[in-house]
Amino acid sequence: MSTPNSFRTGPDESGHFGIFGGRYVAETLMPLILELERVYARCKADPFFQKELASFHTHYVGRPSPLYFAERITEKLGGAKIYFKRDELNHTGAHKVNNCLGQALVAKRMGKRHIIAETGAGQHGVATATVCARFDMECTVFMGAEDIERQKPNVERMRLLGATVHPVTSGSATLKDAMNEALRFWVAKAETHFYIIGTVAGPHPYPAMVRDFQSVIGIETRQQMMEAEGRLPDTLVACIGGGSNAMGLFHPFLDEPTVRIIGVEAGGYGIASGKHAASLTGGRPGVLHGNRTYLLQDDDGQIQEAHSISAGLDYPGIGPEHSWLHDMKRAEYVSITDDEALEAFQFCSRLEGIIPALEPSHALAHVMKIAPKLPKDHLLVMNMCGRGDKDLAAVLGHLAKRGRPI
Amino acid sequence: MTTRIAERFAALKAERRAGLVIFITAGDPDPKISLDILKGLPKAGADLIELGMPFTDPMADGPAIQAASQRALKAGMTLKKTLGLVRGFRETDKATPLVLMGYYNPIYIYGVDRFLDDALKAGVDGLIMVDMPPEEDAELCLPALRKGLAFIRLATPTTDDARLPRVLSNTSGFIYYVSITGITGTASADLKHIEQAVTRLKRVTPLPVAVGFGINTPDQAAAVARVADAAVVGTAVVKIIADHPKHPSETVAKTLAFIGDLAKGVRTARASA
Ligand SMILES: Cc1ncc(COP(=O)(O)O)c(C=O)c1O
Repeated sequence: MSTPNSFRTGPDESGHFGIFGGRYVAETLMPLILELERVYARCKADPFFQKELASFHTHYVGRPSPLYFAERITEKLGGAKIYFKRDELNHTGAHKVNNCLGQALVAKRMGKRHIIAETGAGQHGVATATVCARFDMECTVFMGAEDIERQKPNVERMRLLGATVHPVTSGSATLKDAMNEALRFWVAKAETHFYIIGTVAGPHPYPAMVRDFQSVIGIETRQQMMEAEGRLPDTLVACIGGGSNAMGLFHPFLDEPTVRIIGVEAGGYGIASGKHAASLTGGRPGVLHGNRTYLLQDDDGQIQEAHSISAGLDYPGIGPEHSWLHDMKRAEYVSITDDEALEAFQFCSRLEGIIPALEPSHALAHVMKIAPKLPKDHLLVMNMCGRGDKDLAAVLGHLAKRGRPI
Repeated sequence: MTTRIAERFAALKAERRAGLVIFITAGDPDPKISLDILKGLPKAGADLIELGMPFTDPMADGPAIQAASQRALKAGMTLKKTLGLVRGFRETDKATPLVLMGYYNPIYIYGVDRFLDDALKAGVDGLIMVDMPPEEDAELCLPALRKGLAFIRLATPTTDDARLPRVLSNTSGFIYYVSITGITGTASADLKHIEQAVTRLKRVTPLPVAVGFGINTPDQAAAVARVADAAVVGTAVVKIIADHPKHPSETVAKTLAFIGDLAKGVRTARASA
């Protein structure tokens, strides 16, 4: 594989990043996806669309989110200078709203006022329910029954915002199954409903569209780092469920050869245990949910259940662009276990007064491993993509089980 | 190209009747009972067979066919064993067309070339792939056609006139019209819609048109048989398998009896019209 001139030109016209991506969906959905591709291309090029989006970023979401120097963690780890991109301060408490806002505006252009979403941690569900309330759209969210248990407060938030939450009991009753069910529902309502996919996965144009909407994270980071330090960061770290917060941070930096890029997958009980959600580290290429990407699967091509302490990372796949960046070796992908993430969750709360979501706790756990070995002038940015309020009950339970109550 | 599909539709035409296409999931409820059902289908009245390849994440299927996949996988079914089932079927039947239906990933993991060779050797006549639209033809459709397997495309209510030629290109064997906008085992289309859709397809393709999704009873099958070249029944058959899990011989007998009723409906449809 030769190195391309730019890592930022994908996907090609058929929606592929190298061999990854594509449009592996039922015929019923094809006309709709093609229409979405056309409409989105127009929105992307339309200054009025971009202006409306920017205005909502400023006044509704609270962007730009700060780039915060995590001084005490930096001191404690004793190496690299650590910055957090504070997307947990966004309205609704995670990066997910960046994407929902964009897609809701696209749906509006298409004249659709019925919205479907899948959710794992409930953050994407909450963000979708939020924009639906704001734009007077009807919202149906599919969520695994297991996740409904793990993320109760978010379920209540969605209902308060006027959304209907459908518990999904098929399969492992988590994010993968919620996505299956959302797709099934969409097939039946293709003509009236818009599906807001919550991550950089699904059939083309979703991976590219969601990436574009999340890229505001990286674009701001670049500018803020120039202001703070007068130069680009040296390392970027972000957690990966489907990969949207990571892609949003990474994409504007892909063509900067000096910037090291690290994605952190959920290692669950450890890769060797087979109970994890690390599709790049522990999976291989396959086709699911409309695209080709690395998947956790067996030798017969049957999809395996993922496991993570974090509902938002509990997905057996990953966005196709990450699979491509992995194969091109432009980004590195590592994994962090449940226990390591729990440790980071507490570490951050105590030292910085920031309670992180379990998802970015994975990213932080990796930062805790590498930062001490890096020089003090090494600039590291970690995407603090969500806050941990939603995880409190689950974390307390896990800590008690491990004999370490707070 | 295998000739069984064309020969079967020619024979049906000569008999002036529509065909009955039966869907079952390979290995449901277990490989042995599944083979017994499969072997009994032609005599019970199935004119063509669609054999579902079990998959963990059947995106376009309702609860009944999802459950069938789960039963089969739990009983140890794999794509390799599905081909074994076809070989077993061909030991007793050389004439009934059999097409595999399902999702791409197991085939991708098996290896496209090896799969096509093994499928052809086992006695498969064609493929119906739910998640392989014309946009991805280079990957499986074109190699399948080159090797001599039929590639049967699904057309749906959302496939408009502008898109139809694209859907029909590289299609062979027959066209499968999905009569509802939805997944299997949920709703039934009204007959008028089906008739219009078949007419629309017939205007632009010489291929036989089979209609499926939402056909649950002998009466519904008969009604569709009056306007289409074939009626496909899947969910209703799979439900009978699900409802009789206790005694293998009873599962087989009940399933085949139901297919007999469907066949009676289809065979007498035009005569009684
Ligand atoms: C806070 C947070 N971070 C990360 C994720 C994982 O998604 P992605 O990898 O697309 O950013 C989620 C998903 O729910 C989330 O809520």
